[in-house]
Amino acid sequence: MPEAMLALAGVNTHIGQYHILQGVDFEVPRGGLTMLLGRNGAGKTTCLRTIMGLWRSSAGRIVFEKTEIQSLQTPDIARLGVGYVPENMGIFAGLTVRENMLLAARAGAPDEQRLAWIFRLFPPLEQFWHGLAGNLSGGQKQMLAIARAIVEPRKLLLVDEPTKGLAPAIIGNMIEAFRELKRTDTTILVVEQNFHFARSLGDAVAVMDSGRIVHTGSMAALAADEALQAHLLGLSMESHQ
Amino acid sequence: MKRDWLPLAVVPVLALAALPLVASPPIWVTLTVAGLAMGMMVFMMASGLTLVFGLMDVMNFAHGVFISVGAYAAASVLLAMKAQTGSADLGANLAAIVPAVLAAVALAGLLGWFFERIVIRPVYGDHLRQILVTMGGLIVVEQLIVVVWGPDMIALPRPEALGGAFVFGDAAIERYRVLAVAVGLAVFGAMWLLLNRTRIGLLVRAGVENAEMVESLGYRIRRLFVGVFVAGSALAGLGGVMWAMYQESLTAQMGMQVMVLIFIVVIIGGLGSVGGCFVGALLVGLTANYTGFLAPKLALGSNILLMVLVLLWRPRGLYPIGK
Repeated sequence: MPEAMLALAGVNTHIGQYHILQGVDFEVPRGGLTMLLGRNGAGKTTCLRTIMGLWRSSAGRIVFEKTEIQSLQTPDIARLGVGYVPENMGIFAGLTVRENMLLAARAGAPDEQRLAWIFRLFPPLEQFWHGLAGNLSGGQKQMLAIARAIVEPRKLLLVDEPTKGLAPAIIGNMIEAFRELKRTDTTILVVEQNFHFARSLGDAVAVMDSGRIVHTGSMAALAADEALQAHLLGLSMESHQ
Repeated sequence: MKRDWLPLAVVPVLALAALPLVASPPIWVTLTVAGLAMGMMVFMMASGLTLVFGLMDVMNFAHGVFISVGAYAAASVLLAMKAQTGSADLGANLAAIVPAVLAAVALAGLLGWFFERIVIRPVYGDHLRQILVTMGGLIVVEQLIVVVWGPDMIALPRPEALGGAFVFGDAAIERYRVLAVAVGLAVFGAMWLLLNRTRIGLLVRAGVENAEMVESLGYRIRRLFVGVFVAGSALAGLGGVMWAMYQESLTAQMGMQVMVLIFIVVIIGGLGSVGGCFVGALLVGLTANYTGFLAPKLALGSNILLMVLVLLWRPRGLYPIGK
């Protein structure tokens, strides 16, 4: 088992009167792509937002590369090398594609070679480089959201439902882009509902239900066990081909 | 990148539409320049408030105190330098105006910094408490102004060089209004350059749209907000000086009185939009002046009517921010 880059232990999160995360324990191994799966309302998005410091955990520890981050502010967590793509993509609609990317490159202008690599992954971004991000299609906005998160090398990338609302053809492009991303040093944690996407890319998997982790293991093992899928996720792979 | 020029085009359309109604071209010129000057002063006072609302979702009902404090600080300097302000020499006038403006901007900015730390910071994310504590802060500062400068209205004659008018044919255009237009354009130009040509401006524009995402990219939005709050307060102070010299008098309540116009401008411009605030302020200034001449009884309600019409056309304001 590879060393954990991120570890959550007994993490609890309250939002108002609601107790969303109720003792989350799991580890994200260094390298590769870990899928966080679960039904709607299981707490997956809250889990990513808690890691990112956008919600405060009320108990538990979150350790990123031997540093406890549960009490750090969001900008400090980002500066440790954590990139985040939220569920709503978080695109700055009134800024151009170029300005969105420029903002994400904290060290200054984006590295030319890296930018060329990003354009190979997501060609529409080069085409609409000077266009308003708000005018992009849903799939192009998702491309921009991910491109923005990787414009500089990140140690850990948190991505919340990258296929949400996307057409099947665009999902195919996303799968290819994530395969390319997996070849880099970046460790990736993806929240996803699309099992086909998860099965295509996931190395490890954690499944949430009612604010707790109810299963961890390899993605391949879960993909091969329909009974377990039905038990954990209420689905069979055939329904998500 | 395609720009939306339609709201800006409404300004000349409104001015030209008023020409046949006013009937007399010289009066129309005078009213138009007066409207533009008023619009520029309102823009200076409102631009900080719209950014503060857009960036941190803070409803600051006390914004008017920065206007009042700026005006009083400048008045203290100008009244102490009567020899310079009373001289017909522009250089002597400037020797009083420059320190007066600097005092206004500095004191309003300092008050803004103090206000953000003491009053605003504890109530981030809570609109009801923001309204209550900023209204309370407004009352406290207004009363402090009364304590320091007294309860009576203070007369503030304009420096000699800013008095009088330029006469073009039958049209008379007050010099001070031309100055107000020039200062307003300079402030707008500087803000446009700052917002569109610098990294800080890029951060502000992004923060107005989605502050949480800016933080997720590793930027400390709170620090940025303090800077914007202080700059917005200082600009309100500058607007206060201009407004007080325009009215040639000042009271502790002057900031609160002009807040109705400022809120209308911020709303019709689109919350958080500096460009919208600029166009909205010009529309408000022109509407107030044309209506005041054509139908004085409607003058008070004309800007409310303008707001209704704009919101029927564009419910989120002239240049809505894509939150």
